[in-house]
Amino acid sequence: MGSYLIRRLLIGIPVLIGVTLINFLIINLAPGSPADLYLTPTSTSADVVRVEAELGLDQPIFVQYFHWLVRLFHGDLGVSFQNRAPVTELLAERLGPTLLLMGTSLVVAYLIAVPIGILAARKKNSPTDYTVVGAAFLGISVPHFFLGLVLIYVFALELGWLPTGNMITLGRGGGFADRVNHLILPVAVLATATAANMTRYVRSSMIDAFGQDYIRTAKAKGLGLSTITNKHALRNALIPVVTVIGIDLSALIGGAIVTEQIFQWPGIGLLTIQSIGARDYSVLMGINLIAAVAVFGANLLTDIAYAVVDPRVAYA
Amino acid sequence: MTTTPALLQVGNLKTEFRTDQGTVTAVDEVSFRLAAGETLCLVGESGSGKSVTALSIMGLLADNGRVAHGSILFEDQDLVTLPERQLRGIRGNSIAMIFQEPMTSLNPVLTIGDQLSETVILHLGLSRAQARERVIELLAKVGIPRPEEIVDDYPHRLSGGMRQRAMIAMALSCAPKLIIADEPTTALDVTIQAQILKLIRDLSAETGTAMILITHDLGVVAEMADRVAVMYAGQVVEEADVFTLFDEPKHPYTIALMRSVPHISTPAGDRLASISGSVPSLLQMPTGCRFHERCPHAMDRCRDDRPELLQLSGQNRHTVRCWLYDDAAQPGTTDAKVLA
Repeated sequence: MGSYLIRRLLIGIPVLIGVTLINFLIINLAPGSPADLYLTPTSTSADVVRVEAELGLDQPIFVQYFHWLVRLFHGDLGVSFQNRAPVTELLAERLGPTLLLMGTSLVVAYLIAVPIGILAARKKNSPTDYTVVGAAFLGISVPHFFLGLVLIYVFALELGWLPTGNMITLGRGGGFADRVNHLILPVAVLATATAANMTRYVRSSMIDAFGQDYIRTAKAKGLGLSTITNKHALRNALIPVVTVIGIDLSALIGGAIVTEQIFQWPGIGLLTIQSIGARDYSVLMGINLIAAVAVFGANLLTDIAYAVVDPRVAYA
Repeated sequence: MTTTPALLQVGNLKTEFRTDQGTVTAVDEVSFRLAAGETLCLVGESGSGKSVTALSIMGLLADNGRVAHGSILFEDQDLVTLPERQLRGIRGNSIAMIFQEPMTSLNPVLTIGDQLSETVILHLGLSRAQARERVIELLAKVGIPRPEEIVDDYPHRLSGGMRQRAMIAMALSCAPKLIIADEPTTALDVTIQAQILKLIRDLSAETGTAMILITHDLGVVAEMADRVAVMYAGQVVEEADVFTLFDEPKHPYTIALMRSVPHISTPAGDRLASISGSVPSLLQMPTGCRFHERCPHAMDRCRDDRPELLQLSGQNRHTVRCWLYDDAAQPGTTDAKVLA
């Protein structure tokens, strides 16, 4: 297991270099230049050239990437083109809120998906099952931005129960209850798609497990339905479910970007949209790196979880 | 007629399954009785209703299956009408089952010890520590080497033969009165088959456990059975003790079945006899006798009238479902000439 982990981590280095290089190239393919931000109506083309030289944008793309890479190994992600703040500081400030939002959404989604998926599987092809499958289909289909706006309209504007956005009430608040209030709607949006997707996986995985010979063996022993479900079927059903958690995380990152924008949640997602608008390449590269590391880490954790859940899997 | 009290008495069992093409009857008018300590073999081709009969007894039919009518009396309790809760107290306890597929019948994510101790904790009320001791004893009894290590192993570390031994240990764990073994050796190598059969026979003889052994292998029948019930298309067509059945098979299907097995004296290169035609679909059962389309002795009557199980005269519980013996059931007539 130890040597397997080291190997996996070493493989991660070229993967991350590849991912960041592709990102770098794509960002630079986008029209416009960060120097545009510094332009005023009186700027001349000489000014543009001067600003680009200051920002290092006059050099060939691969040289620019190489410089970025070298700085990275010194723990330096450069400075924001927009406000000259170090990118590492910007990211550190925004990471907490995003982790809070994504983490809560993930926990809420699983707490909903696992029991409901099991219920639907146990009552396969019943009205309960059809309701669950239908609701899950709806949950997967509805876009984040639409669901977010509907929730804001109903619960914030019409009913006035919850705030429309942000993480704390500005000026006052910031207490626990205030934070929870602000968290509810964005978590609801982000957890919906994840829960819907996961419910379908748990359901089909449980149905598959219930049809296996070892479940018949368990019944032949005289075990009750709850032991058969929770001890014999669920552990087997979780094996394929664990696999999709890693994939799910990428979807969650994408969803967080949109959700944070809708609710003005001061996290990485909001920073992403702001940085794209400002063509803030150095911040975008930092965000890409974090996302790539997160997805890579999630997949590694998935493989480790595999070995924990399934005794037949052993890494050497 | 023997008068020993029956341990299990199946009467007129009819099991149906709901399918997209309508309701099909997989088992129809199946009756047999089993005395304590007796071994009954259910023989027949695939799809003849052997396994469904077994699952009906265990109450383990798939969701779309149900016992439509008939009774399954086990120690004077009717398992058909017994509530699920009480049925659970019998399963794994007084009636245990051994399945065909040892590779998939054990749960891959639980240790052997975990899976075997469940039954004794549930039915015998042993503590975890006692259960572990009992499981190690049982594993040793079924001939698994290093039982104190195997108890903590997962099923994938064991070979098919070893897993089937573990399944047998599981079945024996609560000293059941009846074991139902559904083709327990079909999935195993021939050399392992013999070992497993010997193990089952020795252990059931030692503990006095009655057994229903499902098989399509007449060699296994000869080896194991006290009594034999031959099934065809969901019905028992002949039932007799094992010697009678092999010496004087009566039903044309039983006779054909015997002929289709190579004998040690069959010259190499000779073609084996086969039964022409194929097993009828459950959806399109022939009227009259279900075997008449493939039967060399079919008469007009066989096409229209359904034969009942006839008790043959002068025989000890030898029954046959065939019109050829309609007269033989009355005292004083003989039957051998018909099939000569």
